[in-house]
Amino acid sequence: MKVDWTTFWPRIVEATGETLYMVLLTLIFGSILGITLGLLLFVTRENNILESKITFNALNLFINIIRPIPFIIFLVALSPLTRIVMGTTIGTTAAVFPMTIAAAFGIARIVETNLISIDPGVIEAARAMGASPFQIIYTVLIPEALGPLILGLTFVTISLIDFSAVAGTVGGGGLGHVAITYGYQRFDGSVMIVTVVILIVLVQLAQWLGNALSKKILRR
Amino acid sequence: MIEFLNVSKSFETPKRDVHAVKNVTLTINKEDIFGVIGFSGAGKSTLLRLVNLLEKPTSGVVKVNGTDLASLSSKELRTLRRRIGMIFQNFNLFTSRTVAGNIGYPLKLEGVSKAEIERKTKELLSFVGLSDKANDYPEQLSGGQKQRVGIARALATSPEILICDEATSALDPETTADILKLLKRVNAELGITVLLITHEMNVIQTICNRVAVMEQGEVIESGDVFDVFTRPKHTTTQRFIQSVHQDIPSTEVLQEWKGNGGQHLYRVLFKGAVTNNPLLSEVTQKHGIHFNIVYGSVREIQQQLFGNLVVSFEGQINDVKKVIDELALKVDIEEVLADEG
Repeated sequence: MKVDWTTFWPRIVEATGETLYMVLLTLIFGSILGITLGLLLFVTRENNILESKITFNALNLFINIIRPIPFIIFLVALSPLTRIVMGTTIGTTAAVFPMTIAAAFGIARIVETNLISIDPGVIEAARAMGASPFQIIYTVLIPEALGPLILGLTFVTISLIDFSAVAGTVGGGGLGHVAITYGYQRFDGSVMIVTVVILIVLVQLAQWLGNALSKKILRR
Repeated sequence: MIEFLNVSKSFETPKRDVHAVKNVTLTINKEDIFGVIGFSGAGKSTLLRLVNLLEKPTSGVVKVNGTDLASLSSKELRTLRRRIGMIFQNFNLFTSRTVAGNIGYPLKLEGVSKAEIERKTKELLSFVGLSDKANDYPEQLSGGQKQRVGIARALATSPEILICDEATSALDPETTADILKLLKRVNAELGITVLLITHEMNVIQTICNRVAVMEQGEVIESGDVFDVFTRPKHTTTQRFIQSVHQDIPSTEVLQEWKGNGGQHLYRVLFKGAVTNNPLLSEVTQKHGIHFNIVYGSVREIQQQLFGNLVVSFEGQINDVKKVIDELALKVDIEEVLADEG
C-alpha cells in the first residue's frame, strides 16, 4: 500500500518531537544522575579525597552488572519499576525512565574516565590551598573535566537517539515507533528512509553542537 | 616556624612497607630559606608534604608555629593550610582558569569579595611581573611564567610559610635563576619563611641560609649553608657540593701531576676573616718556601668568602713541614692524594 504523505508528514513531525522530548529529558536526568555517580566513583577511589573502598566497590560492581544488559532487555526487565515510578509503561514519558537509568550508568563511566585524566597535581594543589572535598568537586573536578565531559555527553546523546528508537518499538512513540510500524510492519521503504534521514540529521546536529561547545571550553 | 620532632612516615604497599621518612628532627626558623637536598627517592617530597599534612606522619610530631597539625579538626586544618603556600615542580595550575582566575582561586575558597580578589590579584601580578598576562590561560605561558603564577597563587592568602616542591627542576638555568631571585624577594620583602626541596646544589648555594641533606629517609647532615658547604661531613653531601664545585682536580690530572714528578699537593681552605690576610704568602716567605697554586677558587657563599686552593710547596722538606704546621693553626689544610679526584 502507498502512504498518504499529506496526512503522514504531520505524524512525522510529531514523532520527531517525541524523539527529541525523550532524548532531551533523558539527557538532563541521566546527566544529573550519571555525573553524581561518576563523581562518587572517582572521589571514593583509593587515595582520593573521599576514599571509601566499600562505596567504590559496591558502585563499581553495580554499574558493571547493569551496563552489559542490552537496552531492549533492560527496558522490559525494568518495566515493573517503571510502572511504580511513572504510573505506566506505555508512552513517551514512561520511556524516559528506563532510558535515564541506562544512560546514567554509561555517563557515570564516562565521567569517571574524564576525571581520572585530570592531573592529580591539580587536585593536590587545591587541597594544599585548603579546599574542602566538596569545593574540590565543584571548583576543580567539574571545570577541569568539562571539555571532554561535553564530548562524552555528545556521544551519549547519539546513543540516546538510538535508545529512543528502541523504546519506540515497545510503545514509547517517536521516530522509532514510526519506522517500525510503517516501515517494517507495512513494508514501506519510503517511510523508513524518511525516518532514517531525520535520525541522521539529528545525530549530525548533536555532534556539531557538542563539538562547538567543547571547542569553546577547551580553547582548541 | 616549622618543627619536626622525631617524625617518620611509611607507606604500606602490597609487597613491603616503604619508610619514606625516618626519625627526622629538624627546626626551620622564622624567615629562614631552608633547603632540603637529596637524590630522588630520598624522602624529601614526603617530608615537605608533612608540613601541610597532605601526608600524615606515621609517628612523631610536626608543629607549625607551635601547633601540632595532627591535633586539628579537618576544618581547622584547611584554615591552617591557607597560612602555608605551596608551589610545585609541574606548577599544577588550573587549565580551566585564566592567570587571574588561578591567583584568585584560594581567595575565592575563603569567600573573599570579588572586588578584594581583583585588587589582590592585581597586586600579586605586579609583584611577580606578569601584569600583562592576567587574562591568558596557562597553556599560553612559558615554564618560568607558569611558576610565577604558581608563586602568586601561593601568596594570595598572605601565608607565613611557603613550601616549594622542586620548584625549579622543570626550568632551564636562566629561568631557574629568575625564579630563585623571586623566592628571595618573597623571603626578604614579605618576611615569608621558605622551605624548599631540591636535588640541585645550585639552588641551595644561591638562596638558602640553612640546609639539610637527606638520604634514604634520614637527615644525614644539616646546618648553616656556609658550614655545610665548607666542611661537608657526609660523602653524599660532598657529592652534592662537587656537582656545583669540584674542590680538587680530577684523578687523571692528579696522576699526570705525580707522573711528571710533581710535589705533594695540599688542599687549603680559607673561610671568612682569614681571606682578608695574605696568609699563604706570609708563612711561606717566613720559611723561605715558594708556593704554587695548582688549582682552586674563591667563592662567595651566604655573603662570606670561601677559598679552596690546591697548592704545592717548593723548598727544604723540613721547612715545608713547618709551613704546613703553621698554616694548620689558622686554616684547614690536608694532603691531596693522587687517587682522590
